[in-house]
Amino acid sequence: MSEHEYVPKSKAGKWFNDRLPLLTLGAHLTDYPTPKNLNYWWTFGGILTFCLITQIVTGIVLAMHYVAHADLAFASVEHIMRDVNYGWLIRYIHSNGASMFFLAVYIHIFRSLFYGSYKSPREVIWIIGLMIYLLMMAAAFMGYVLPWGQMSFWGATVITNLFSAIPLVGDSITTWLWGAYSVDNPTLNRFFSLHYLIPFLILGLVVLHIWALHVPGNNNPVGIDIKKPSKDTVPFHPYITIKDAFALLVFMIIFAGFVFFTPNVLGHSDNYIPANPLVTPAHIVPEWYLLPFYAILRSVPDKLGGVILMFSAIFILFVLPWLDTSKVRSAVFRPIYRQFFWILVIDVLMLGYVGAMPAEGIYLVLARVGTIYYFLHFIVVMPVVGYLEKTDPIPMSISEPVLTGGAEPSLARKVNDKV
Amino acid sequence: MSKEEKKVNRRDFLFTASYTIGAVGVGAVIWPMIDQMNPDKAQQALATTEVDISGIEPGKSITVLWRGKPIFIKKRTSEEIAEARAVKLDDLPDPQKDEDRVKDGKDEWLVMLGVCTHLGCVPLKDKGDFNGWFCPCHGSHYDVSGRIRKGPAPTNMEIPKFEFVDSNTIKIG
Repeated sequence: MSEHEYVPKSKAGKWFNDRLPLLTLGAHLTDYPTPKNLNYWWTFGGILTFCLITQIVTGIVLAMHYVAHADLAFASVEHIMRDVNYGWLIRYIHSNGASMFFLAVYIHIFRSLFYGSYKSPREVIWIIGLMIYLLMMAAAFMGYVLPWGQMSFWGATVITNLFSAIPLVGDSITTWLWGAYSVDNPTLNRFFSLHYLIPFLILGLVVLHIWALHVPGNNNPVGIDIKKPSKDTVPFHPYITIKDAFALLVFMIIFAGFVFFTPNVLGHSDNYIPANPLVTPAHIVPEWYLLPFYAILRSVPDKLGGVILMFSAIFILFVLPWLDTSKVRSAVFRPIYRQFFWILVIDVLMLGYVGAMPAEGIYLVLARVGTIYYFLHFIVVMPVVGYLEKTDPIPMSISEPVLTGGAEPSLARKVNDKV
Repeated sequence: MSKEEKKVNRRDFLFTASYTIGAVGVGAVIWPMIDQMNPDKAQQALATTEVDISGIEPGKSITVLWRGKPIFIKKRTSEEIAEARAVKLDDLPDPQKDEDRVKDGKDEWLVMLGVCTHLGCVPLKDKGDFNGWFCPCHGSHYDVSGRIRKGPAPTNMEIPKFEFVDSNTIKIG
């Protein structure tokens, strides 16, 4: 690649770059050859970076005013909302920012599922991404505990009690997690400490995620390997940066819409009641982004079984690159898999919906059907469809179907639609 | 040749010894880092609570806090006791006799941890299909003896260690 020959123009730049090649890195990131057909689904990497930085900056500021003590936490959050200059704005950005972060990450993950971005040679990118997703869930859960409202307290109680399902050592583990005999001040204190730590772990993994991405380069909507650089690629800057920036602007408008017009719509009103260890709210629900997993947990009439299934729902994604037997990456050329993909999307949305509903009657039935399909999709559909499916013809290059129409005009149109 | 082998063996010993000492050292440092998260002395000091039970009417219950968790103290009526004892053990997911959940001769006093054994919510009293408690979180039904009858909870509500100090006072813990 060209960056190996990069020589800074100025003498000072050359002096510095010989000692620490940061400018070479900068040149690599600027010139990085990117497939020219990336669509807007590819802009969520940049959006997610923005989300992470937003959470870190607003979080550091909130920590200057927040008090991590069971007797003071709730009041200190109200103090942020009422007394601290622009405290309401910073807190609403932080709390809605978590939701926006998950919205973006889910789009990013489903993008990867549709276009086969998890497949060889990008398995490590995918796995690092899932580790980031797991850390995001941990950070979001602990962050939700910090205001020490009713949902904070009982959410923390329910989630930490998941570990009590482990045979023999379960109770010792929960007590160890709590630092007490129930969710209490020591729990709040350590959650605050870890909530502050995790974003920086995520930041480290993001660096690895991007590093691993830059080894094979981006996947693209037609999912074929391309020569880099070639007429199939454009330099990252300015072509991708400007596209990312536009998508980010649109995303920020939606973000601002939540912050300024409905800042509490994604939260739960019970969390404006101070934590009370004697009264459980009538209807405990986690934040929306955890609801599909919550539905899976509740669909099993057995404690340990539910916990195992819920964790399996996440960990099965780690072996996805090896469950998918299809050599074709992009679902654009996979007529059968493409339909199952949309069934999975609907299935996950449905699980999210029933996760918010009481676990009884039709909701329980739907949760069970949804859970069964979720696992069937990965364990049966992906290996079998990949093996049996007759895929559509794949273009030789990104330019071929677009510029020449290729051998099949219909194919050219199809690719063009996706671009 | 044999000399060389001996040399290698000595190296091996040094490596093994270093790794062992290193592992012990790392373990000695890691354990305090892990154990500091267990309940501290201030938490452990809250281990016992004395409760005055003289004001509880038959059929009524009170809730007290012990170690941050609610304790249900219910004075049961003779009908409730009879109902609890009429249940066949085969009908129970976690078979336990009502007699084993109360103190001998104090059959009316049910003292138990008011914590659902599923995921730790506080069940609501006088609710559910079995005349006992009902957990709103995930729908576990408990009977008048606090035993699990229906729903995802795996075991009966726990009976803490407690004793009657005198006829009007119990000490929990």
